[in-house]
Amino acid sequence: MSDYNFAYLDEQTKRMIRRAILKGLAVPGYQVTFASREMPMPYGWGTGGVQVSAATLTPEDTFKVIDQGSDDTTNAVSIRKFFEKTARVAVTEETEKASVIQTRHRIPEAALTEDQILVYQVPIPEPLRFLEPRETETRKMHALQEYGLMHVKLYEDISQHGAIATSYAYPVKVSDRYVMDPSPIPKFDNPKLEMAAIQLFGAGREQRIYAVPPWTPVVSLDFEDYPFEATKADHACDLCDAEDSYLDEVILDDAGNRMFVCSDTDYCRARREAGHVGRLGEEAA
Amino acid sequence: MTPLLQVKGIEKRYGARIGCADVNFDLYPGEVMGIVGESGSGKSTLLNCLAGHLAPDAGQVIFDTRADGPVDTVTMSEPARRMLGRTDWAFVHQHARDGLRMNVSAGGNIGERLMAVGARHYGDIRDRAVDWLDRVEIAENRVDDRPSAFSGGMQQRLQIARNLVTEPRLVFMDEPTGGLDVSVQARLLDLLRGLVRQMGLSALIVTHDLAVVRLLADRLMVMKDGHVVESGLTDQVLDDPQHAYTQLLVSSVLQV
Repeated sequence: MSDYNFAYLDEQTKRMIRRAILKGLAVPGYQVTFASREMPMPYGWGTGGVQVSAATLTPEDTFKVIDQGSDDTTNAVSIRKFFEKTARVAVTEETEKASVIQTRHRIPEAALTEDQILVYQVPIPEPLRFLEPRETETRKMHALQEYGLMHVKLYEDISQHGAIATSYAYPVKVSDRYVMDPSPIPKFDNPKLEMAAIQLFGAGREQRIYAVPPWTPVVSLDFEDYPFEATKADHACDLCDAEDSYLDEVILDDAGNRMFVCSDTDYCRARREAGHVGRLGEEAA
Repeated sequence: MTPLLQVKGIEKRYGARIGCADVNFDLYPGEVMGIVGESGSGKSTLLNCLAGHLAPDAGQVIFDTRADGPVDTVTMSEPARRMLGRTDWAFVHQHARDGLRMNVSAGGNIGERLMAVGARHYGDIRDRAVDWLDRVEIAENRVDDRPSAFSGGMQQRLQIARNLVTEPRLVFMDEPTGGLDVSVQARLLDLLRGLVRQMGLSALIVTHDLAVVRLLADRLMVMKDGHVVESGLTDQVLDDPQHAYTQLLVSSVLQV
């Protein structure tokens, strides 16, 4: 038997985190402070997401972790193993089978359902941080809905690059009230933020939790003459031929050859098993 | 005519020391009031109290708002006061660095107030930024440069453009020409005088430079040790000073 309490954290801590989560759900997009604990992993590796997952998991849950869409990178594997060991929950790589999905920097391609919870790892929860370094001031700006500054950032983008060049961590307004940083997901994923699943955001170092309840309106900020666009590489996946998924660009050699592959490895695998073959793919055996 | 700003018995103390006390005056639309005095006389404290940056310990600052008529800004809600600060009020700091965002382009600096009150059309915002750069004599091709690449005088003019773009009715200026060399000062004063007359602005100008008030201000208040010791029409106060301190102040100016 495991010597750890279920999901590593003690019950009082989980209770404190659940309280923050409930408050976050009650006030969509509002950053709730919580007493973030030291976790057995460095800050920046998802300590916030792990704490939210720990407070959310039940013994019956099936857990999935993705990092940049992938199930098999170091971060994803170590967090998945962590909960396998400390919570003994079932784990999966299949999006549809998971009840709790912890993610870093992506939303899965497959549409999530009302039975699922998506937990984000957030490095910097404050969308106004790089424009206004004072926490006292940003809190006041949120309280009074003074969000003009957010558009100054987009203005700067257009004036320097001719288009809104912000391609990830693209600011959104939740439920027509709070401006929120959707964590560094590509802006391709922004339209998916209005979904059936519960979305929880945990920032461990910054000690903030926020949430988006199911089907809450989430609007990406933009200008009338420069509307928001969800962009992706203009290719099909070279392995599974998907044209609607977010792609990673992989350099193959030093002769300029490259390939584009789905960043969501589970989505790509499922498509290949279903018989789709891309430019560089092989027929499924 | 209703005064734009009525100041009644404003007092600010720092512990036992007096910042400013018992200040009363009215400011009418289109009028420019100068506040002079030596360092530590309470000029800046007074200005910050009036502009809502400091909470006064006593007194009223009644501003004639567009929507609701005269309202005491000391007791009004903070969101409403901050809204005034972005729309009908402007504040020009002595150091342009305090009033500008140094890591945002000139156009973004000017556009910030517009976006803060809801402008969401990039083309329009940019057009108005370019228009205002022109009005403060900064070349149009500098619109995407950051203020850190500007000279001190240009930064100060940019700060003025950034403040005036929402067409405020009342401008607070704290030593707007401080730290600039004399020829740049002269151009800035010329520009300010033009803008104030053209836009019919009311302004409160705090300075220790008598030349500035001589050029810009209709009326003058002289402060010493937190109290107003003399006030009146600018020319009258400067040409026929009554209070001993005002006499000292006027006679301290070097004649070249």
